[in-house]
Amino acid sequence: MATARFWRENPSRYNLKAVRCNNCGRVFFPPRGVCSVCHRKSIGKMECLNLKGEGEVFSFTVVHEAPSQFEILKPYMVVMVKMDEGVMLTSQLINSDPKDVKIGMRVKATLRRLGEDGPSGVIYYGYKFRPIEG
Amino acid sequence: MREVAIIGIGGTKFGELWDMSLRDLGIQAGLAAVADAKLAAEDIDALYVGNMSAGRFIEQEHVAALIADYSGLARDNIPATRIEAAGASGGLAFREGYLAVASGMHDIVVVGGAEKMTDVGDVLAAEIQSTAADQQWEVVFGATLASLFAMIARRHMYEFGTTREQIAQVAVKNHKHGALNPNAQYQREIDLSTVLNASPVAEPLGVFDCAPLSDGAAAVVLCSMDRARSYTSKPIRIAASAQASDTLALHSRTTVTSFKATQVAAQRAFRQAGRRPEQVQLAEVHDNFTIAEILAIEDLGFFPKGQGGKATMDGETALGGKVAVNTSGGLKARGFPFGATGVAQLVELVEQLRGEAGKRQVPDATLGLAQNAGGTGATVVVSLLEVA
Repeated sequence: MATARFWRENPSRYNLKAVRCNNCGRVFFPPRGVCSVCHRKSIGKMECLNLKGEGEVFSFTVVHEAPSQFEILKPYMVVMVKMDEGVMLTSQLINSDPKDVKIGMRVKATLRRLGEDGPSGVIYYGYKFRPIEG
Repeated sequence: MREVAIIGIGGTKFGELWDMSLRDLGIQAGLAAVADAKLAAEDIDALYVGNMSAGRFIEQEHVAALIADYSGLARDNIPATRIEAAGASGGLAFREGYLAVASGMHDIVVVGGAEKMTDVGDVLAAEIQSTAADQQWEVVFGATLASLFAMIARRHMYEFGTTREQIAQVAVKNHKHGALNPNAQYQREIDLSTVLNASPVAEPLGVFDCAPLSDGAAAVVLCSMDRARSYTSKPIRIAASAQASDTLALHSRTTVTSFKATQVAAQRAFRQAGRRPEQVQLAEVHDNFTIAEILAIEDLGFFPKGQGGKATMDGETALGGKVAVNTSGGLKARGFPFGATGVAQLVELVEQLRGEAGKRQVPDATLGLAQNAGGTGATVVVSLLEVA
């Protein structure tokens, strides 16, 4: 992935930047210019917020056949997480044994290395999820 | 809008066809369909080609002009258009061809679907498949298309009590059908333990839950109904063609155990045809992963939500069951050349409706349905075909 294509998304990848439609209250991630429910009524009413980073596992899998850049990680877990603000995100689940993972489990976003532009390229970062202790 | 008929069909075998290029595949399928319709080249008004990713598989774009050229149509300068909607490219090309004839713009149109996938290795092929998902917000975080369907499967098991065995039975059933199809990539039956004990791809799905990488092409010839009988004694009427879309990323939806685009496209198709799901005798559905067939047979209205796994295990979707699903072997056993698939589904329906499906013939078939999906259901095309 070319560098600019990645870093232009950094506000959401690093800080979970989202938007809320102040017409209906729905939250969208990543940010979008118009609410997909309120349409034109939302124009000028989309307000930025950063997600708090906590949510629960909606579904999960263990990936055994992976793209070349994730080869070194496999097997690794991928989860869909329903954030407390109501939006869903997809990323990896780390620091946990697949045997212990359940739908509904509380998790928290954490900044991790996602990949790189080849062996000598720029490293890029973003959120992964880890269990909330206790 | 005019009524439209399918008057010719053609296709290649599906599989690892090392000695054939994309253009070879497209031409073989297209010429077979044109010969089946007893057409001359100068009768053809336009060509539509479904192709997902020739740019990445063989580093060739502009494939509609390429196939028109090598089919001998370049001198006639007909319009040739390539359509892309990931795995739904073929079904969508068919719909565009249908609209062109129905509108009165064209009288005779050839619709082809083709994909050449084995010129790259299997890891790269899976990466290309994942471009159907959201690259920026799913794939870059480590998701693969298989992993997204695995999470759908996990959720279906959680919400409805669907079992791993019921999901695996889709592959067993489709291999059984594929064994009756001389053009299928896999013509060999498998048993449940083979599916359950296969190496994992994305848990709970294993190798036998995933459609294979394939080369292949398929083609149909469309004609206005009023002229169809001058070409064939068995025209097949396009009773409905419907399309719907949904969010690109799976996580942007409120549910992942239904594809709303399938539900909406099916409702639109049944309304257009004045038919009900109970009247459908056979269906070709998009089983790129086993769980996808369970979603499809529920979302199309054949079985209540959550009952698709049980229906499959009870044999209701096998040949001889309530509705014969994927008599061709489906994507799982017939093979899954991305852009060819949606057209190959229609070729199977036409063979069945003509009564020419040999050992896998559904007796007295008069109404068939095809459901063709892209990615995790962000594009779905549903077509209804009937004996004219």
